Parts: sequence; C-alpha cells; structure tokens
Amino acid sequence: MRIPGRLLAEALRSLFRRRATILYPYRELDKIHLPEGFRGRIEFDRAKCIGCQLCFRVCPARAIEMIEDEKGKRPIFYIYKCIYCAQCAEVCPTKAISMSKTFENIALRKEDLVVR
Amino acid sequence: MSFEIPIGPQHPIHVEPLMLRLTVEGELIVDVDVDVSYIHKGIEKALETRPYIQGLYLVERICGICNAAHSLCYCLNIEQLLGKEAPPRAKYLRIIVEELSRIHSHLLWLGHYFHTLGFETLFMYFWRDRERVMDMLELITGNRVITSYNTIGGVRRDLAPEAEQNLRRALDYIEERMRYYEKVIDSEPTILARTQGVGILKPEDAVKMGAVGPHLRASRIKHDIRLDDPYSGHDEVPFNVVTWDTCDCYARIKVRVREVYECVNMIRYALDHIPSGDYRLKIPSFFKTPPGESLARVEAPRGELVHYSISDGGEKPYRYRVRTPTLANLLSVTEMLRSRGDYEVYIADVPAILGGIDPCICCSARIVITDEARRRRMTMTLDDIIRLSRERRVEKR
Repeated sequence: MRIPGRLLAEALRSLFRRRATILYPYRELDKIHLPEGFRGRIEFDRAKCIGCQLCFRVCPARAIEMIEDEKGKRPIFYIYKCIYCAQCAEVCPTKAISMSKTFENIALRKEDLVVR
Repeated sequence: MSFEIPIGPQHPIHVEPLMLRLTVEGELIVDVDVDVSYIHKGIEKALETRPYIQGLYLVERICGICNAAHSLCYCLNIEQLLGKEAPPRAKYLRIIVEELSRIHSHLLWLGHYFHTLGFETLFMYFWRDRERVMDMLELITGNRVITSYNTIGGVRRDLAPEAEQNLRRALDYIEERMRYYEKVIDSEPTILARTQGVGILKPEDAVKMGAVGPHLRASRIKHDIRLDDPYSGHDEVPFNVVTWDTCDCYARIKVRVREVYECVNMIRYALDHIPSGDYRLKIPSFFKTPPGESLARVEAPRGELVHYSISDGGEKPYRYRVRTPTLANLLSVTEMLRSRGDYEVYIADVPAILGGIDPCICCSARIVITDEARRRRMTMTLDDIIRLSRERRVEKR
C-alpha cells in the first residue's frame, strides 16, 4: 500500500529529539567521545628510544626523519605529513612511540606540527 | 537532428570528475560516451617503488570508502605470494570489519542516491544513522574512515569484549532503522516515480557488459565473490545473496537495503562463532616474496575487486594491477543510457541511472600516457589502445 508522507511522522519526532550533530569547532568538545586505541597525534618518548630506525623505514608517508643528538640516532615526526596509520607505533620494539587521542592537528606555524 | 551535451568533467550531479558526452534528440538520449580519466593518481606505479608494508597503506587510499576491501585484497595477494594464510580468528575479524564497511558504504550510497533524486530528508536520516556505523569502525579499528585494520598475515588489533557489546547494540539499531526506511522507500511515490522502470539493464546485457556487485545482482544475476570464491572464511558464515527481479534503479535500491540486513546477520554470526587464538601471524616488517604472481578477488561494497601482482623475488612488487568495481560497472551505464525501441531515456534520468551504479570515479582512472619527449600528457581510450596494438602487430610482421 502506498501512503505518501510516511516520513512526516519521523520528521515531526525528530523535531523534538536531541540534535544529531555536534557544534564542533570551539564548542561542545566534551561531547566528542574517542574510543580507546584511537589513532591521533604521535607521542614520542625519547628516553625509551634506542635509535633502531625501524619507524623511519616503515613510514609509508615518509613523515619521519632520523637525526643525531647527544644520545645518538633519533627520529623526529612531521605531523603534517603523517597519515595516522600507526605502523611506526606498531613496529617500535621499545614502545617509545604511541598514538594519543589528539585529533586537532592544525597549527599556524609548521614547527608546531613537529614532534621531537 | 541530434545535439551533443557534455555533462562533466565538473558537474553538480557528479561528486567526482567524470565526462559524459550525451547525444540527444530532443529530450531523448540516443548515444553516450564516458570518459573517466580525469583523476589519474599513479598508485600502481607508486606501489612498485615501495616495500610491501608501505604499499598496504597506499592501497587503502585508492578508495576511502572501500578501503577495508582494498587492503584485504592486497593482504590476500601478498599472503598468497608468501604461501601463508591468516589465522581463523583474523578471518572472522576481517569479515566483521569488511561487512561493517559494507553497511557504511551502502548507507552512504542510499543517502547520496536520495540526495541526487532530490529527497534531502531521507539523505539526512541515512547519514545520521551511518554515523553510528562509523563510530563502531572507530571503536574496532581506531579510525572512522581509513581503517588500517588488515595487515599482511592477519589484522592489527583484537576485538575488545566491551566493543563487542557496543557493536551488537549498534547492529540492532541499524537493523531497526533499515526496516523502517525500507517501508518508507516502498511507499514514497516520489522515489517510486523516479526509479521504477528507469535505467533497465537486462540480465543478459549486464553479463555482456561485465557488470559486478550489487548492480549485477539487481539485474537478477546471482553473483557474489563471497559465495563463488570464499576468500576469508566466508564459507563458514551463512548469508544469502540478494537479487531483485525488476532490473531497474528501484531494484538497485532494494538490493542494497536488503544487503544491509545480510551484513548485520553476518556480523552477528561472526561475533557468536569467532574462534579464539592468534589474530595475526608473525611476519617481519620487511620481507622478500618468492618470485611469482598472484591474484585475489574481494567483494567490495561496489562489487568485485581484483588485485593482481607480480613479484620478481624482491622487497617490492614488480608490477601491481588494480581493477576496481566501478570500472567494470561504468560500461553498463552506456547501455542503460541509450534509448532503443520502447526503452526511452531522458536527460532527467541521467543522475538516477548514473547514481545507481554507485560510481567511484577516483578509483577508476588508471591509464595516463606521458610523452616526455614532446612534453605532453594524454589519456588513452580503449579505441586508442586497440588501434595502437593493431599497428604494433603490423609493425612486427
């Protein structure tokens, strides 16, 4: 049977329901629930790093560069190139790399998007 | 007296660049020419320059919506080259994520399709409910869209028990909503008027034109890679292949709606019967594959997806080839858009017909020829390639 306007009841019900969207930029940040294991901005623990270069070699986006410091070889991460695949965190033998829940990776200066 | 109307490469009815050259007589379309080669990305060539582990993430980016299918197909290929097989638990987890992304893709398509028909309300509802599926994908894999879940030799993370509870609740919600939407679709005169009897593709034409996936199943052909060539434990999970008899745009809607139910049931079954054990094989990050070739087929949300690779024994593929479902389906669009006999196609039907195949153009553009000597780039059509191959043959003689 064809009843035109079957959606009307649903539309009226939606009128009194909670808003489905989040007023995200600047407001209602507390409504964003990120699950455990979310792949966000890379966090790096220099103390654990042994300079094995595995992260540098697996990175598909070539967002990792190896440099020398007083302790030896270490990676630096260019977040603006990162594709958030977490392969570097997965291969890291000492778990020096982890993915945080920070998803707002926008900055006015390029240096702010480099994890050292 | 006939005119030629170009629709594209940029046009409001297309989401992606696609050129349709329609030859019209009045309102009636008599001929059509399709050109997809506007967004060539060079992914196949790029894959030849990367180790296998990096290629995995590149392959996911062929298509954002079917990324789970692309990465699964890539992993199956490399596992085949290595002569290994994912553990049983990984196979079930792969099914869960694959079917979730199929639900998400079908909901996206349904919403978008009603948007092209001008039914914005339903578009909003579908996309609202799709968010629930995206949240589930985020919960299981760590990201909403690009899942990065499959890896060579299994999956990258296990399913947490609390995630399972959430997933079951979301499945109940999706199923209930889909039952309601199906009633709406069946009873809404505007949808029926725009889709019933429009874009008819007869079963024999569909096979002749090489259509795949839900598009082919809407033409009454029972064809599903999950059934014909179970690639990831699909022989253990029961499901029905949904087909519809009317062969028109309405059938394509119905097939996708019904497929969502099947996906929901498959995920439920997989959750109930998931074996315990390892979820991935221990494979080093960098490895060499034995020389050889491999071919894997996966039922992506849009249809049969084929990946083919040749290995010369190195750390990188020697050649990698991708055949996406949209490329197979686009040919049948030319058949559907051509009026013949009592079958009449009008310009106003173009969005409905083109939308019906779930086009994903950015996956499809594959051939670009760069002539360095003359500093020019050109895309080749099938005719050009056939002509070239014939000339070459004459030269050889």
